[in-house]
Amino acid sequence: MQVSLKWLRDYVDVDLSPEELAERLTMSGLEVDSLNRVEPAFRGVRVARIVSIKPHPHADQLSLCEVTTGDATYPVVCGAKNIHAGDIVPLAQVGAALPSGDLIRSVRIRDEVSAGMLCSEKELGIGGDASGIMLLPSDLPLGKGLAEALDLRDAVLDISVTPNRSDCLSIVGVAREVAAITGKTLRYPVAVVMENDEEVRGITSVSIEDPDLCPRYTARIIKNVRIGPSPFWMTRRLEAVGLRSINNIVDVTNFVMMELGQPLHAFDFRFLAEGRIVVRRSRAGETFVSLDGKERTLGADTLMICDGVKPVAIGGVMGGLNSEVKEETGTILLESAYFNPVSIRRTARALAMGTDAAFRFERGIDPEGVVRALDRAAGLMAELSGGTVCRGMIDQYPGTVATVRDIPLRVKRVGDILGTAVPEDVIVRILKSLEMEIDQDANGILRVTPPTCRVDIAREIDLIEEIVRLYGYDRVPPTLPAISVSAAGRTDEKRRTEARVREIMTGAGYTEVINYSFIPPVAVDQLGLDAADERRRHVRIRNPLSEEQAVMRTTMVYSLLRNAVRNADVGCFDLKIFETGRTFIAMGEGKQPREQNRAAFLITGRRYEERWHFSDLRADFHDLQGCVENILDLLRIPALSFRAGVHEPFLHPGKSCGVFSGEDQVGFLGEMHPDILSRMSLGDTLRQGVPVIVCEIDLDLLTAKYSAKTTFRAIPRFPSSSRDVAFLVRLGVEAGELLRTATDSAEELLEKVKIFDVYEGKNIPVGTRSLGLRFSYRSADRTLTDDEVNEVHARIVKKIVHASGASIR
Amino acid sequence: MTGELMVLREQAEAEIQQAGTEEAFQAIRTRYLGRKGLLTGLLRNIANVAPEDRPQFGKECNEVKEELSARIDELLAELASSNKDEVLLGERIDVTLPGRGVRHGRLHPVTQVREEICRIFAGLGFSVVEGPEVELDYYNFEALNIPKDHPARDMQDTFYVEDNIVLRTHTSPVQVRIMEKTRPPVRILSPGRVYRRDSDISHTPMFHQIEGLLVDRGVTFGDLKGVLTIFLKQIFGEDTALRFRPSFFPFTEPSAEVDIRCVICSGRGCRVCGQSGWLEILGSGMVDPEVFRNVGYNPDEFTGFAFGLGLERIAMLKFGISDIRLFFDNDMRFLEQF
Repeated sequence: MQVSLKWLRDYVDVDLSPEELAERLTMSGLEVDSLNRVEPAFRGVRVARIVSIKPHPHADQLSLCEVTTGDATYPVVCGAKNIHAGDIVPLAQVGAALPSGDLIRSVRIRDEVSAGMLCSEKELGIGGDASGIMLLPSDLPLGKGLAEALDLRDAVLDISVTPNRSDCLSIVGVAREVAAITGKTLRYPVAVVMENDEEVRGITSVSIEDPDLCPRYTARIIKNVRIGPSPFWMTRRLEAVGLRSINNIVDVTNFVMMELGQPLHAFDFRFLAEGRIVVRRSRAGETFVSLDGKERTLGADTLMICDGVKPVAIGGVMGGLNSEVKEETGTILLESAYFNPVSIRRTARALAMGTDAAFRFERGIDPEGVVRALDRAAGLMAELSGGTVCRGMIDQYPGTVATVRDIPLRVKRVGDILGTAVPEDVIVRILKSLEMEIDQDANGILRVTPPTCRVDIAREIDLIEEIVRLYGYDRVPPTLPAISVSAAGRTDEKRRTEARVREIMTGAGYTEVINYSFIPPVAVDQLGLDAADERRRHVRIRNPLSEEQAVMRTTMVYSLLRNAVRNADVGCFDLKIFETGRTFIAMGEGKQPREQNRAAFLITGRRYEERWHFSDLRADFHDLQGCVENILDLLRIPALSFRAGVHEPFLHPGKSCGVFSGEDQVGFLGEMHPDILSRMSLGDTLRQGVPVIVCEIDLDLLTAKYSAKTTFRAIPRFPSSSRDVAFLVRLGVEAGELLRTATDSAEELLEKVKIFDVYEGKNIPVGTRSLGLRFSYRSADRTLTDDEVNEVHARIVKKIVHASGASIR
Repeated sequence: MTGELMVLREQAEAEIQQAGTEEAFQAIRTRYLGRKGLLTGLLRNIANVAPEDRPQFGKECNEVKEELSARIDELLAELASSNKDEVLLGERIDVTLPGRGVRHGRLHPVTQVREEICRIFAGLGFSVVEGPEVELDYYNFEALNIPKDHPARDMQDTFYVEDNIVLRTHTSPVQVRIMEKTRPPVRILSPGRVYRRDSDISHTPMFHQIEGLLVDRGVTFGDLKGVLTIFLKQIFGEDTALRFRPSFFPFTEPSAEVDIRCVICSGRGCRVCGQSGWLEILGSGMVDPEVFRNVGYNPDEFTGFAFGLGLERIAMLKFGISDIRLFFDNDMRFLEQF
C-alpha cells in the first residue's frame, strides 16, 4: 500500500518528519517497507507570465513571447498555440534541466533570441498532456520555483499491510491510524452531491438474486458527463500511489477506492440492457470478456453483475469490456457494493485476477462505508465531468454483514497477558483514539464497540492487541517465566542418532550436504528400481515449481549423486559427503506418507585429500564400510553384519551388500553400478572407471535398536596369548564365514579373532586367496599355558578348515 | 710444587687446550697419566725427593693427576654430546610440510546454526521435538486459525499433495500436535524443513525453521520478550540491540516481529537492511485463544507464547551469505568454508 504523505495530510495533520512517521507507524504495526522522497524531475523552472506574444518574423509556426518572472523579462520563442498574453506558464530558464535530459541554453531561433523555454506538462514530467504549454493557476506568485509553487515534492510510504488490517488499505484508513498514534484529529473527506430533479428509481433498478454473495449493492446515476482527462491534482494523487490516470470518470473510482478503501465501478449506462442491474451467480462454463480484453470461462459460483440480459462485470474483481466507460459515454451507473470476502477470494484465485478491488473485498471492507464512498465518488464525478447526479440512490441491502458490538474487555486481563498493568484510563484513551465506543460495565469490565471498518476486531484478545500496539511494545518490561518442569516430551532420540552420524562422518572427513527433499519422478527409473519397489510409491506434488522437483524423495542416494555431478562439473572429483534427512513413501489417497529418517553417504575419488603423504589411493567399498561400522559401534547396535547378495539394482552386484543388525536390514552399501552411472550421465562427468560408493541407512531403525545401557567389564588382569594362521580358501569363500565359525565355536577362552592379512596373487594357486586370522586367547582368572591355548586353538582351526574347505599355508 | 711438576702441568694443559678429538684426548691421557706416562714417571722418581718433602710431593702429583684427568673427562663428555647433536641434527625433518591425517569434514552451516539454537534453548529448559513434513491441511492451517479461503493463506505459498495434504509451510503445526497430546506446562523447540512455493535470490522452495512454544499458567508477553532477548543476545552477541514491533500471525495475538540492529551496517542503513537499520529475525506472539480451544486448552487458565525463525536467514547474517540458494547447491567450495 503506497501512501503519499501529501495526500495523507488532506485528512490529518502530520508534524513528524517522514522518517519519524515511518518509524512510528512501523512500531505500531503498520510496517513501512520503504520511504521514497518524490522530487520533480526538472530543475530551474519558475512561474512566469506572458507579457506579450507576436508572430515570429521568419517562421509562421513560431511566436515570440515576452515573459516575466516579476524581476526580469525574457524573450522566448515558442511553437505552442494555446497561449495568450496574461497566461501564467512554467518557464524553464537558461541553465534549467528537464526530465528528458535537455539543458536549456540561450539560443537564436531564426535570428531571434530565445532565453528559455515554456513547457508542457509532459516536458516537465508531471503529467501526460503534451498538447500545449501547461497553463498554471493565475494566483501563483511570479518568479517562484515551480516545484514549490505547485507543491510537487512528496514522500511516499510503502506500507506492508498485514492481512488482518483491511481498514488500512486506504489513505483515510492510514490517516485514522496516524491520528490515533499522534493524538491528532482525523478529518473525513466531505461528499458533496448536488442532485438534479430526476429520480434515480425512474431510470434504473437493482435486483440481488444471491444476497449471500452480495449482501448490499448501492448505485447512483450520473448524467451528462463529458469524458476527458482528469485535472492535475487528481492525476498527481493517483500517480503518487502508483496508479495511472485514465479519464475523469475511471480516475474518480480509483481515487475514492484509494481514499476510502471502497472499490467502485462505473458502467456506461448505454450498454446496460434494460437499464438495470441483476446480481447473480454465474452459470458453469459461461464466458465473459473482462476489461483487460481477456475472455474468461467462469465456474458455477462466480458472482456476476449483469444487466437485464448479460453479465457486465465479475463482481468485485473486474468490469467487463462490454460496458466500459468510453470517450462518448454520457451516463454513468456507479456501483458501490459489499461482496462476500470468501466468494471474491475464490473467484480472484480461480481466475488469477488479483486486482486492487478483489484484494480489498476479500480482506473485508467497511460494510457501513459503502454509501459514503458512493456519494463521494458521485460528487467528484459531477465536479470533474460536468455531469449531474440524479436524485436519490439505489440501496439494496437484503443480506446482513455481521458487525460486532459490546465486546467485553476485562481490564485485569490486559495486565495478565502483558505481564505489566496498564491503567484503565490509558486503556480507554487508546481505544477511543481508535474510534471505539466504550461502555463502562461493573467489575472492571468494559464493553467495547469497534468501528465497522475494523473487521479484525471481535474478541477480547483483539482489543488487548490494539491496546499494547499503541501502548508500545517497548514499554512492556522483559521478564523470565518461572521454570516449571515440562511434561512435553524429552529430547527426540533420533537427534542423538543423527548427532552420532554427524560426529563420525565429519571425523572421517565427510562434509554435510543438505538437498531439497524433492527429486524428479524419473529418478527411480534412472536408478533402475523394480516395479514393485516401494520407493516407486511417490508423494507427488500437485503444483511443483518444475518437473525436477515434482515428487518427494524416496531415497537419498539420488540427491547425493547429483551433488557428485555438480562438484565434478567444477573440477572437484574427490568427494566425501553425507546427508541426514527424510524419505517419503506414499501410503495411499488421503493418508500422510511414511516419513523415514535416513542418512546417506557418498565417497568417490581419492581416499585422502591430495597431499604429499598419500600418493593416489582410491576410495573403495571398505572405506565407507568402516564408517558404517563406527556408527553402529558408537550407537551400540548389536550384531552388525554385511551381507552380499542383497539386491539393489543401482549397485554393483559384486561390490555391494546389505547392512544388517541381527536379521534386520538397516541399510545398503556398495559401489554404484557402472551402467546406472552412465544412464544418469554421471559417466560423462565423473572420471572413467573411478568408483562411486554410496550407502544409505535407516536412522529410525538404528534409534529403535540403540541401547543406552553400557556395562563396565573389568580390565583383564592376566595376559592374552595369540596365534596367527593363514588359511588358503577358494575365492568366493567369505572371510566372515571363517570368523563366524570361530566365534560360533563357543570356546570360552577365545577372546577375539580378527583378519590381519588378505592376500591374492603370486605364490598361491590361482582361484584361491589367503586369509590371515589372528586369534587371541585369554582367561579371566589365570595365565594360560601354551598347552591349554594350543589345544583350544587346534579345535577351532580344525572347525574352520572343515567348514570352509580351507587349507593352512 | 716442584718446578718439574709445574712445567708438566702447564704442558699437559696446553696440549689439552689444543686437542679436539677423542683420539687426541686419549693420547694426552696416555702420555701423561698412563702407566708409563710422564706424571707417573715423575712419581716413580720420588726416591730423588728429600724424605721430608715426599708426602707433599706425592700429594701434589696426585692432585695434578686428578685435575688433568677430570679436565680430560669433562672435555671428552662435551665432545661426545656435541657429536650426538650433530647426528640427531642430521635426521632433521621439514617441519613446514603439512601434517598427516584425515581432514575433518564440515557441518552444513544450517546445521551449525540449528544446533547452536537448540543448545541455547536446552539451557532454558526447552525439549526438542519433530513433526511430519508432509502435513494435513488441518495442522498446517486450520488448527492454527487459518481457515480455507482466508487471505492469511497468501502469506505462505503452499505446495499441495492433495486437497487436504500439504508440504508444511512452517514448523508451527508441531505446536498443535504436541499440545493435542500433552497437558501444560509445554516447553518445546521444533526444528525442521519447511516448504514454500517460491524461488529466487532470497527464497528457496525448501528451507529450515525452528519453532518454539511455551505454555503454562501465567505466561506473559513480558516473558516472551525476556526469553527471546536472552536468545538473540546469545546468538548475535550481548551488545545486539533489538526491538519488538506489532505484526500479524493468525495463530498468535498479540503478535510481534523481532528485529535486531543490522549486523552489516550497525544501524546506519544499508542494502541488506533496506536502509532501515534493522533486520527482521523472527516472528512471535502470544498463542491465540482460538488455537488453545482447538487443542482443548482453556485460554483463561493457560497462556503461552510461540516463535518461529528461519535458520537460513540467521546463517546468512552470521556468515555474510547473500544468496540463499547457495545453501542447497552443495558446492564444496561453499560448504568447506564453515
